[in-house]
Amino acid sequence: MKIAILGGGPAGLYSGLLIKKANPAHDITILERNAADVTYGWGVVFSDRTLASFQRADYKSYEQITNQFVIWDTIDVYYRGETISCRGHVIAGISRKSLLHILQKRCQELGISLRFSCEINDLAQLEAFDLLIAADGVNSIVRKTYAEQFGPTIEPGKAKYIWLGANKVLDAFTFIFRENEHGLFQVHAYPFSGTSSTFLVECDEASWLRAGLDKVDEAGSLAYCQKLLEDNLDGARLLSNNSKWINFPTLKTKTWHYRNRVLLGDAVHTAHFSIGSGTKLAMEDAIALSGALEQYSDLDSALNAYELERKPVVEVFQRAAAESQAYFETIKRYLGLDPMPFAFQLLTRSGRITYDDLRFRDVRFGEAVDRWHAEKADVLPAGELSPDTRQSVIFAPPPMFAPLTLRSLTLLNRIALSYRVEAFSPPSEEHPDRVLKDEASEIYKRARSDVGLILVGPIAVSEQGRMTPHDAGMYKEHQADAWKGIVRSVHNGSPAMIAVELNHAGRRGSTRPRAEGLDRPLREHNWPLLSASALPYTPLSQVPKEMNRADMEQVCNDFVRSASWAHRANVDILQLNMAHGYLLASFLSPLTNQRCDAYGGDLQSRLRFPLEVFDAVRAAWPENKPLSVALNTADCVNGGFTIDDAVIVARTLRAHGCDIIAVQVGQTTIESEPAYGRGFLTPFSERIRNEAGIPTIVGGYLTTSNEINTILAAGRADLCIVDSPDI
Amino acid sequence: MQVGIGLPSGNPGTSNQLIFDWARRADVGPFTSLGVIDRLVYDSYEPLSTLAAVAAVTQRVKLATTIVIGPLHNNALLAKMSATLDALSEGRLVLGLAVGARKQDYEVAGIDYRTRGRRLTEQLSALRSLWEDGAIGPKTVSPRGPDLLIGGLSDQGYARMARYADGYVHGGGPPRAFARGADKARAAWRDAGRPGKPQIWAQGYFALGDEATLEAGYQYMRNYYAFTGPFAERIAAGLLTSPQSIAQFMRGYEEAGCDELVLFPSVPDIAQLERLADVLAGVGRRTR
Repeated sequence: MKIAILGGGPAGLYSGLLIKKANPAHDITILERNAADVTYGWGVVFSDRTLASFQRADYKSYEQITNQFVIWDTIDVYYRGETISCRGHVIAGISRKSLLHILQKRCQELGISLRFSCEINDLAQLEAFDLLIAADGVNSIVRKTYAEQFGPTIEPGKAKYIWLGANKVLDAFTFIFRENEHGLFQVHAYPFSGTSSTFLVECDEASWLRAGLDKVDEAGSLAYCQKLLEDNLDGARLLSNNSKWINFPTLKTKTWHYRNRVLLGDAVHTAHFSIGSGTKLAMEDAIALSGALEQYSDLDSALNAYELERKPVVEVFQRAAAESQAYFETIKRYLGLDPMPFAFQLLTRSGRITYDDLRFRDVRFGEAVDRWHAEKADVLPAGELSPDTRQSVIFAPPPMFAPLTLRSLTLLNRIALSYRVEAFSPPSEEHPDRVLKDEASEIYKRARSDVGLILVGPIAVSEQGRMTPHDAGMYKEHQADAWKGIVRSVHNGSPAMIAVELNHAGRRGSTRPRAEGLDRPLREHNWPLLSASALPYTPLSQVPKEMNRADMEQVCNDFVRSASWAHRANVDILQLNMAHGYLLASFLSPLTNQRCDAYGGDLQSRLRFPLEVFDAVRAAWPENKPLSVALNTADCVNGGFTIDDAVIVARTLRAHGCDIIAVQVGQTTIESEPAYGRGFLTPFSERIRNEAGIPTIVGGYLTTSNEINTILAAGRADLCIVDSPDI
Repeated sequence: MQVGIGLPSGNPGTSNQLIFDWARRADVGPFTSLGVIDRLVYDSYEPLSTLAAVAAVTQRVKLATTIVIGPLHNNALLAKMSATLDALSEGRLVLGLAVGARKQDYEVAGIDYRTRGRRLTEQLSALRSLWEDGAIGPKTVSPRGPDLLIGGLSDQGYARMARYADGYVHGGGPPRAFARGADKARAAWRDAGRPGKPQIWAQGYFALGDEATLEAGYQYMRNYYAFTGPFAERIAAGLLTSPQSIAQFMRGYEEAGCDELVLFPSVPDIAQLERLADVLAGVGRRTR
C-alpha cells in the first residue's frame, strides 16, 4: 500500500514506524509542516501501563524512550503554604523533543520517507495514496475537509491556561495553588529531563482578566507567571516557546474514518491535560491502527476494527478528563477545606482512585489521612473547633471511625443506617396506626451493628400527613410512649444515637404500601391531601388542596407537637423532611409550587413556609440537640429546583440553626430522573457541604467501607448511610 | 442465582416441533426458566403466544419474556393476554417489558417511536391496576398479577423500574457491565423506598460445539444485531462458546447479584440445550 501520514508528531511517527515494521512492503511517507527540529511544547507523561504497550509494540523505540525517562512516584500538592505528598503513583516523563527525535530516527531506519517543512493545503495533492492517516493535530485539515463525514464537535474549556517550561529540577508531579489579588491560579508541573520541567498555569477567565493577561504579550505573560510562582521556583526561570493563553478545546468525533482516510490522536480526540493522556492516547491509537491493518486484508474492515477498539477506550478517558477539567474549573468551592482533605479530594477527583488505593500506594499518606481525621475532622466546615479538640495520636482508625460532634451530641462514628418503618409493616387490621413491636426489634437489631446513628423515618406528623395507612406516626400520645420505649432500648443496648425523620406526605399521601409500587392511590378510605398547589402527583392521584394560611398553621403546629414528643421520647436528632416531593418540598420546587401569594414565586418566597416550620421546630427542639433537614438538592427534571438553589437554601437553613443536611434528589414529580448508581448523591453532598458550609449526611447506595472512607476523607460528606446488601 | 435457557424462538428457521421439544426438555431441568425475546420485523416467533403454547407442554419452569416490547401493545389487551398466560401456566409467567431498541418495529406497528417512554410508563401503571381490579379476566394466580420486570439502560428506565415493577432485566454484556446496571437498579429501588430487593434478571448468548456450529452462532449474532451497525461485531464477540467461558460468565453474574440468568441459544438445535445442561451439571448446578 502507498500510505501518506499527515503530521510528524508522536501519533504520525509511531503509526508509520509500526505499520512499516509489520509490513516492510508498504510505501510510507510522513508529511510534516514544520522543520525537523522545530517542536512546540515541553514534556509529556506516560503511566506504567502505557509503557507496557510500547514495549510490546516496538521494543527498540521503547528502550530508547525509557532510557531518556525521568521517572518519579510522588505527587505534591502545594496549597495554603503547606505541601502534602503522596507516593506510589508511577509516572514517567520525557521531553517531547527527545521523544520525536527517537521516533524520527526509528522511522528513517525502517525506510520511511520523512518530509519536513511540507505544508498540505489541498488534499487533492494526496489522491495518489491508498491510505491517508491524518495525525495532523487538533486543527486537522483532513477532519475539517470532511467535517460532515467525521462529525466533530469542539467544546472550549472555561479556564485559561498556558503551557510553559522551567529550568527547574522537580522531584514530584507538583500541583501548586496560589491565590493573589487577581484570583486563584493553579499549576500542574512535572519534570521531563534532567534539568527542566513543564509548568502548566491555569486560572479562571475572571482572574485572567483581572490580572490583565488579555492585554500582555508572550513576555508579559511569562513575567506575570514568574512573579506569581517566585516562591515555588526557587530562583529558576520560566521559559516560553511560542506559548499562548488558550481555553482547552475538547474534541469529540462521531466517526473516525471515511473511505481511505483515518484520524489519529489529537486530530480525532482531545482530553483535558490534567489527566495527562494526550500523547499516550495518540500513541495507543497508532498501536491499534497498525494492529488492525496487519490483521485485516481489506482496508474497510481494518479501519472499522481500529475505530471499534479505540473509540470506547478514548470515551472512558474523555469522561474522566471532563470530570477532572470540571473539578479544576470549579476548584474555588474547595478552598474552605484544610490542606489534607483538599489534597485527598484532588487525588480522588476522577472517581477512579479511592481511599484504599491511596493507602495501598502510600501507607504513610494513608496514616496521615487517618490521623488528620482523628484529630481535626470534628471541626465544622465553618471552621469552629468542636468543644473537645482531640489530642494528637500516633495511629488512628480510618475516617469512618472518627466521631462526629453536632451541638452537645457526639456520634461514635460516621456510619449511619437508615430504617424505613413502612417497609417492614405488612397491612394489618389490628394495627391501624402501628409503629411498633416488630419495628422495635428491627430498629434495635440495626442499632447493634456498631453504627454511630440509626435514622428512622419517615414518621408522619399527623394522620393526614401519612403516606400509607400503615405509616408510623408521632401525632398521638401513645405513639410517643412507644417511641420512648424504642429509643430506650437503642440507648441501653448499643452505642448508637437515634434520629427520627418527621414528615408530612403532602400530595404523596393516601397511597398503598410501597410493596405494591409507588404513589398508587388507595382503593378505598382515601383521605384528603394538601400541597403547595392543587396539582396531582400522578395522573391517577387525587388532586390535593392548595394550602391556605389556616392549613399552614395547622401543619406547622403538627410538626412542633411531634418535635416535642420526639424530645420527650429522648430522640437524639430530629430531621425534617423537605425532600422527594412531600409537603414541605412541594413548596420549594417551582414545578410543584405555582402559588401567587407570598409563599410562591422566587426562591425566597417558596422557601418561606418550609422555613417557618423549621423555625418553629427549632424553637421547640432543645437548644443542645441537633436538628437535621432532609433536603432535595435537585429535582432532576428540566425547569426544576437545582443544586444552585439548594446551596442557597442550605445556607439559609444553617443560618437558622440547622446542624446537618441529609442530601436527597428527585421524586419531585414522576418525571424526575436521577442518574442512579453507586454514590449517585455524593456530587450533590459535596457541593452542599463545601459551598453552604454545613455538614452533610449522604447515602445513595454506598455498600463498602472504601466508598465511605473516600467520601469522608475528601470532605464530600460528614456522615454516610450504608446500604449493606445483607441488611 | 438460578439459570434458565432461552427458547430458539428468535432464531430464523426454528420449527414448531423444535419449540415443543426444547420446552419439554428444559422442563426436566436443570433450567429454572424458559425465556423469549421480542422483535417484530424479523423471522421470529411472537413471544406471548409462543409461551402460551409452551405452557401446555411444561409444568415446572418459569416462563419469562426478556423482554416484550411493551409500547407496541394495547394496555388492556396486553393485560388480558398476560393474565391468560398466567392462568394457563398456573402462575409461571414473569413479564419483562422494555421499549426495545429498533425504530423499525414501531414504524411497522404504526406506533410513534418518540412516545415509547411515556407509553411504557403509562402501561406499567395500567397493567397492575387492570390485573388487580379483576374486571379483565382471567383471574391470575397471584391477585396482583404476574411478576413484572423492566429492561433498559436509561436513567428514566431505572426510575420507572423502581416505581412500578418487581425487578430489572439486564440486556447483556460482560459481568462488569451487568454489575453496573444491577447497582443502578438497586440504588433506584432503595431510593424509592421499596421494601426488600428488586429481582435482577440477565441474559447471555451461547453456542457449544464444533467450529461450524460456533460459526453459525456468530453468524446469527451478527445478523440479529445488524441494526446496531458496527456494534454487531462486538456483541457477537461476547458469544459464550466454551464450558469455561460459560462457567466464568455465570460466576461473574452470580457475584454481581444476579437472581436469574437466561442463556439464549444462537444455534436452533436441541443438541445445544443438552450441551448447556451438561455444562451446568459440570459446574454443579442442578434443578432447584
